[in-house]
Amino acid sequence: MPEKSNAIDVVDAVKRYGDFTALQQISLSIFDNEFFTLLGPSGCGKTTLLRMIAGFEDVTEGAIFLFGEEIENLPPNKRPVNTVFQNYALFPHMTITENVAFGLEMRGKSKSEARTRAGEMLELVQLSQFAARKPSQLSGGQQQRVALARALAPQPKVLLLDEPLSALDLKLRQAMRFELKELQRETGITFIFVTHDQEEALTMSDRIAVMSAGEMQQLGEAKEIYERPHNMFVADFIGETNLLEVSVDQITNGRAVCHLGGGHELTCNEVQGVGVGSKVHMSVRPERLFLSDEPTETESLKGTVRDNIFVGTDIQTIVDLSDGPQMIVRTSNSDRGNKRIFDPGAQAYVNMESEAARLLVD
Amino acid sequence: MASRKYDIKSFPGFLPITALCLVILYAPLLVVTVYSLNDSNSITNWEGVSFRWYVDVFTGPESDKFKIAAWNSFTIAIVAATVSTTIATLAATAMIRGGRFRLRTVSFGLISLPLMVPEIVTAVATLIFFNSIGFTRGYLTILVAHIAFCIPFAYMPISARMQGIEDSYEQAAMDLYASKRQAFTKILLPLMLPGIISGFILAFIISLDDFIITNFVKGAGVETLPTAIFGSVKQGIKPNIMAISTMLLAVSIVMVTISYFVSKSDNTK
Repeated sequence: MPEKSNAIDVVDAVKRYGDFTALQQISLSIFDNEFFTLLGPSGCGKTTLLRMIAGFEDVTEGAIFLFGEEIENLPPNKRPVNTVFQNYALFPHMTITENVAFGLEMRGKSKSEARTRAGEMLELVQLSQFAARKPSQLSGGQQQRVALARALAPQPKVLLLDEPLSALDLKLRQAMRFELKELQRETGITFIFVTHDQEEALTMSDRIAVMSAGEMQQLGEAKEIYERPHNMFVADFIGETNLLEVSVDQITNGRAVCHLGGGHELTCNEVQGVGVGSKVHMSVRPERLFLSDEPTETESLKGTVRDNIFVGTDIQTIVDLSDGPQMIVRTSNSDRGNKRIFDPGAQAYVNMESEAARLLVD
Repeated sequence: MASRKYDIKSFPGFLPITALCLVILYAPLLVVTVYSLNDSNSITNWEGVSFRWYVDVFTGPESDKFKIAAWNSFTIAIVAATVSTTIATLAATAMIRGGRFRLRTVSFGLISLPLMVPEIVTAVATLIFFNSIGFTRGYLTILVAHIAFCIPFAYMPISARMQGIEDSYEQAAMDLYASKRQAFTKILLPLMLPGIISGFILAFIISLDDFIITNFVKGAGVETLPTAIFGSVKQGIKPNIMAISTMLLAVSIVMVTISYFVSKSDNTK
């Protein structure tokens, strides 16, 4: 049920276009003053959900609440939320100041008041010297900041950001991540951020909703989603992982003994929904694995090193487990001194920290 | 850079064909312009430069007729262009911003079809239409006919322009608390302005220049410049016709130039 203290409550929202269901029964709550991210591949329904909150898409079924007030039937101009569009959609025939002042003027502020506030906003995003220019005279990164200033100027209750960084180059994108996060903290406004970039989501968000095929796959804090993915999709989509087919042999005291094939055995925490005898997948993050000559006291799997791949910060070692699946081990380059790098063809044991392996539902 | 081999300028016969086309297109206009400055009663013998035929247009025996015809032509062109541009703007907004609706393709066809129909057919049909509803032919029938056939001409540049404007601008405006009407007047309309001006100028020129339809629907005694010129030419071409033609040509050139610069000033970039 909607709570007054929640910025947004989406209750059983469904979106259909004719026969096609873009969004199937999504319910989620976004807290006040939160940096919330909708993450998923293209076509997963994340932008549709954002546009439903903004008012550009009708809600086929269900309801949307903004601080406890039902809004799904209001037109966009009656909702105290503002959007940063993917292509920025800055008004090309207006100056930067006029762009930023637009929302304030439409809200009935006097021209001079709106201009003053627009000036302050431009100062906040460090673009005061461009106030009299037209959007086309600004670089992509600057346009992006104008779009932010314009959307924040009327002090919306919630700011919606539709893949705002996707048009920027890598360096700028990384800098903007930090700036956005700062801006959210400074203004105290709830940000709802849509992206398909899992790294962006992990670095910026307080909480993330992972979406796929119109359904929410998992909702949680960044760390939780990364370390305890709920299902195959989340484990595969977020970060890199070893996905292994396993069969669960027995469960005792919350620990599940799993078979990987080739006689390899692994013990990990049991997961609700995975019982004895089930054939499921297991996710093990490559950076939580390490290699050794001899079996260690932790879980150890014997194999042969196939190749080492240098990827800058790490070295990826591909290991063929004897008669079993292949695994990738990531060794940080700073660890080279104390962790041995094995040559291709060498025998090695793949070891993991306890709780590194995670059973996945379906 | 395109390789020299594939440069169209190096194709055999490029230069002669280009020259031929330019001569056929522009030589008659050049001749008319030059001979409008001829100080002779004949249209073929050159007797030196003079502006006497320009003076004749405004003061000569036919000047009253031409003045009235010019007045009719310009007032009809301005009103017809204004009304048809307004209708075309609204039509484009409905067609392009109205989302998908049934008969959209049919509507688009209906708007642009008059461009393909032979003008004589439109002329006859319009005449029959006015007769059947008992409209007395005169200034008003010309005006109504011009408004009608100018709509597709005005519609083309306006809709082309509007298709190039993403709807995210209007969405951004509404997101920033503008009503639908404000989003239209403050955002869409200014962005469409170059297209609207082009549409207006095109409609204006088309109306100013029209002969066939005008000739059919005009009443007795009401003339526009093209029909007056035609009437005058039927009694033999006199040099004053060349002067009038040259002046009309000048108006067209000015209009086309304005249209060019307006379309170049793309305010969405």
